[in-house]
Amino acid sequence: MTWFELPLAQLDESFFRDRSDSDCIADNGAFCVQWVVDNFGDRYVTPLLEHLVLVAVSVVLGFLIAFGMSLLSHRRRWLVPPFIGVTGVLYTIPSLAFFFLLLPITGRGTDTAIIALTAYNLQIIYRNIVAGLANVPAEAKDAGRGMGMTDRQLLWRVELPLSVPEIVAGLRIATVSTVAIATLAVFAGGGGLGEQLVGSNLTFKTNVLVVAVLAIGMAIVFDLLLLAAQRRLTRWQRRDAPARRRGLIFRRGEVWSPG
Amino acid sequence: MSFEKRLRGLFALLAAMVLAVGVAACGDDDDDGGEETTGEETALIESNPDNEGVELTIGSKNFDEQFILGEIYAQALEAAGYTVNKELNLGSEVIAKKALEEGEIDAYPEYTSTTLTSLYKVAPEDVPGDATEAYELANAELQADGLVAFPPTPFTSANAVGLLTETADELGVATISDLEGVSEDLTLYGTTECRQRIDCLLGLEENYGLEFKQFRPVDPELRYEVLDNGDADLSILFTTDGQLFVDPETYTILEDDQELLPAGNVIVTATQDIVDEAGEDFSSTIEKVQENLSLEVMQELNARVSLDREDPADVAADYLSASGYTE
Amino acid sequence: MIDLPLAFLGPFGDAFELIFNGVESPLARGEVGGLSEVGEFTLTHIELSAAALSTALLLAVPLAVWLGHRGQGVGFAVPAGNAGRALPELVLIAIMVAFIGTGFLNVGIALMILAIPPILTNTYVGISQVDRTAVEAARGMGMSEAAIALRVELPLAAPTIMAGVRTSAVNVIATATIAPLGSVETLGTFILSPNVYGDTTGPLAGAILVALLAVIVELGLAAVQWAVTPKGLKLQRAAA
Repeated sequence: MTWFELPLAQLDESFFRDRSDSDCIADNGAFCVQWVVDNFGDRYVTPLLEHLVLVAVSVVLGFLIAFGMSLLSHRRRWLVPPFIGVTGVLYTIPSLAFFFLLLPITGRGTDTAIIALTAYNLQIIYRNIVAGLANVPAEAKDAGRGMGMTDRQLLWRVELPLSVPEIVAGLRIATVSTVAIATLAVFAGGGGLGEQLVGSNLTFKTNVLVVAVLAIGMAIVFDLLLLAAQRRLTRWQRRDAPARRRGLIFRRGEVWSPG
Repeated sequence: MSFEKRLRGLFALLAAMVLAVGVAACGDDDDDGGEETTGEETALIESNPDNEGVELTIGSKNFDEQFILGEIYAQALEAAGYTVNKELNLGSEVIAKKALEEGEIDAYPEYTSTTLTSLYKVAPEDVPGDATEAYELANAELQADGLVAFPPTPFTSANAVGLLTETADELGVATISDLEGVSEDLTLYGTTECRQRIDCLLGLEENYGLEFKQFRPVDPELRYEVLDNGDADLSILFTTDGQLFVDPETYTILEDDQELLPAGNVIVTATQDIVDEAGEDFSSTIEKVQENLSLEVMQELNARVSLDREDPADVAADYLSASGYTE
Repeated sequence: MIDLPLAFLGPFGDAFELIFNGVESPLARGEVGGLSEVGEFTLTHIELSAAALSTALLLAVPLAVWLGHRGQGVGFAVPAGNAGRALPELVLIAIMVAFIGTGFLNVGIALMILAIPPILTNTYVGISQVDRTAVEAARGMGMSEAAIALRVELPLAAPTIMAGVRTSAVNVIATATIAPLGSVETLGTFILSPNVYGDTTGPLAGAILVALLAVIVELGLAAVQWAVTPKGLKLQRAAA
């Protein structure tokens, strides 16, 4: 080791670390627990919170918009195909492309990310609300009408409650997808867990695994929470649920394909 | 750590302390002929309340060494009392210079070689080998654009064509010219911009007349991984890489015998306006804080980021405090 | 050279310039972009996506047909679809690059993993949901199980399967956009190399091209789905 003398300060041999002992990080080990423990707060907490916000806001926003759309199209069936078509196009555009298409218009930042994520949600949630409303058994509607309900009362007191399983199923799918896509929000300047996957961190095995666990874990947690909500809201429908759920998947492949 | 190791470390520390005291005591004898070192001047940066009103935005290009340097300068200027913003991770030198000219940033660390070859289209072989000459040439060009360059760091950095030592031995190559006739069977990995850079593939093809079996663009952060996992026969490396410091036997740098890849010292480049506005402490802090950046130190700092996976801001802070510039 | 008076479109105009005519690289060492480069990247993009999708089909369809025909594995096939949704594409590519390596093969495998779940789930559901009376009738006629699966269930399930293929195809094309992170130069190169293509023009051009490709493939496969829908089902839908 060469000694070097400098006018004002001196860095001596002790500044240079002894790396002859290989350790987990130097070997780029698959999961260096100590490092994770030491660095979790600095590196992952903020992106995790940013990610949560991105997902929560986009799903809620997507639900509100889709719900409004379904109210509009409920008594005007002719609106359904164009709504499905437009939201379908938004869904087809790859999310990364969507971010960059928005950039010149809305600039870099969280807002752009949220707009894109919300647009992506629309088709899933809208389709499910409409499917749910369409699945309401005719007898229930007849009973309602027989009791003298107006259209509005019928909608809010009979049709929507009976559609809850489909709606929540749609929210589950939308939420899980949004958690995954929000990893790309970093490219729009929106932060999120994807921040830890660009640049040098792409080869850092421990880091990649931590992000994977956090992202997939978040999706699972949201899914389970919504599943629990779904169960609670439909306790009285439990008997019918399995058959109808299967029917939903089948129908999605057949009835709802554009063209 | 074993007891023996700790004991050795302790002895090294004590020896260093004794020597440091000894050198400090003899500090008045200046034989470097450069800046005058008066007896009272200390390493510690002092905060000057006059600087508080000056807001500085320090930028950097987008790779590890630049992040470290940007942090070092930013933290040092903050210690001197300035209000500092950081805009690290800008992009290539063209983007950084544009940001400088448009007022997005006030200063960033550039290399003399890159300034000359990329920004001012000087041919690589015309880049002066002497650090001071290169600095003066770069400064002259920059001043014509209303920019100023500060005196250079002790260390230089250059692009390099690197490969595994075993591959070099197999092929029997030691210089880049040796690749003639051999390179047609070799795959070279570099950055996406390598194809357009004279100090990269473009120069290797035009100046050395080399043809490669394949060029694959890859993120520069993967430049050693692709050698390790056998994807790459050759990879574009940097002479200041921490890996070269920690693992000198594993990797070989081919000698640049036709002087295509000039070495450049770092020169902090700033706008004339900010230099006028910021006062003396701006230049004196920058020049002070880079004095300890020898090649070995820069490699060690790079190793801490790329191998030890530390945050560049922490690495910079450690450097500043170990050197005595900050507490 | 295509001459288009697009200056008024602002950044979108610049992007079209990059696509059609090529522009001066920010590194100012010559032109980048232009139709031939766009063509190269598009070709790589399609090659990568097609390779991943076809391998996924080869693996997922036979397995799902077999399971669906026997009515087994519902606890596996359906959750597989949900699990696939939870897998972020960036994470998948990162795991591949970090643990295995870069290159066409490795990225292709990552994309194949992404493509399997929708195909698996939809094929399973499609096959297992086929009208049981049709299956019984075929069995009564003495058809072998394999023949039933191939000649009765598969055609009837075709629309559902195609819906899954469509979903997968669009996902794969979308993910192939970040393939440059694994050293494969697809259309995403325009987006991920700001030093070469600029940090607004390049990404915008890349985004436009990728979006176009995705929409074209989606429409094309929708047409295929319509074509494979047996006439009976089409009539059923029309009447509904």
